[in-house]
Amino acid sequence: MWAFIHKLGSPKGFYAFSVRLSPWFWVAATTLIGGGLVWGLAFAPADYQQGDSFRIIYVHVPAAFLAQSIFVVMALAGLVFMVWRIKLADMAATAMAPLGAGMTFVALLSGAVWGVPTWGTWWQWDARLTSMLLLFFLYIGVIALRSAFDGRDSGSRAASVLTMVGVINIPIIKYSVEWWYTLHQPATFSVTSRPAMPTEMWLPLLIMVLGFYSFFIAVTLTRTRNEILRRESAKRWVRDLVGEGN
Amino acid sequence: MAFDSFTAFLAMGGYAPYVWPAYGATLLLLFAVVLHLRLERRRLWRELRRRVRRERRQARDGEVPS
Repeated sequence: MWAFIHKLGSPKGFYAFSVRLSPWFWVAATTLIGGGLVWGLAFAPADYQQGDSFRIIYVHVPAAFLAQSIFVVMALAGLVFMVWRIKLADMAATAMAPLGAGMTFVALLSGAVWGVPTWGTWWQWDARLTSMLLLFFLYIGVIALRSAFDGRDSGSRAASVLTMVGVINIPIIKYSVEWWYTLHQPATFSVTSRPAMPTEMWLPLLIMVLGFYSFFIAVTLTRTRNEILRRESAKRWVRDLVGEGN
Repeated sequence: MAFDSFTAFLAMGGYAPYVWPAYGATLLLLFAVVLHLRLERRRLWRELRRRVRRERRQARDGEVPS
């Protein structure tokens, strides 16, 4: 077991692992997102109050989930990198940051266009929206900070620290709808109770959420490989791998 | 089906200006991420291959007695 974990923690071992595993997640992501899109857009019933504008939920909620989850995973990777000096954790954090920023942007944008017919405004400086905007700036800050140093290790450490500090924002986003009075409605899903929606509405949402998580895993596995090649380009095994095809 | 016709589907019950941009932006992001990933990988491999070839050539040329 430990030998397996040790092998996975090495860039070379992870590379081989990712080559074998990532296709499954790409297939899962494509199938789930494709199916969920068709189901959510054309087959799920319209909401009795919001009509068809409610269909925005099928992209808004998965994007917002990923936006927050990716930041938490980056903070954990930052911790692993800082405490155990495992470079692979930092490579993975580097690989997933742009997707997190993109998902935050999409969550904000889809929320804004949803707000116009539902709330009568596209933006409100309330707790949920403001903390989500802060998350977007945190992502940008982490990405910029990493490249702002001459030495790679200094950039990695600065980015890790900012991620670990910035992760405080995540519980604030999550509980903002309960702690403060906001326009935003409370959580759609919870672990303890049934969703306050009929099955034919929440099932496509669940499929989309699973599809987005598969997409995140697929992108991270594949992009970490790029990051490994970039940073380990002087290593013997990378040379052998590149030389194989010639 | 929640819609009677394709036109009704496109109209989204009058919410087309809100629903389609939200879906469009999301799909655009997903495709952009995948495209960027592929371009990045291709560029990296091309560069690495070139470097390995150059080194092999140098190693071979170095062995030739002059």
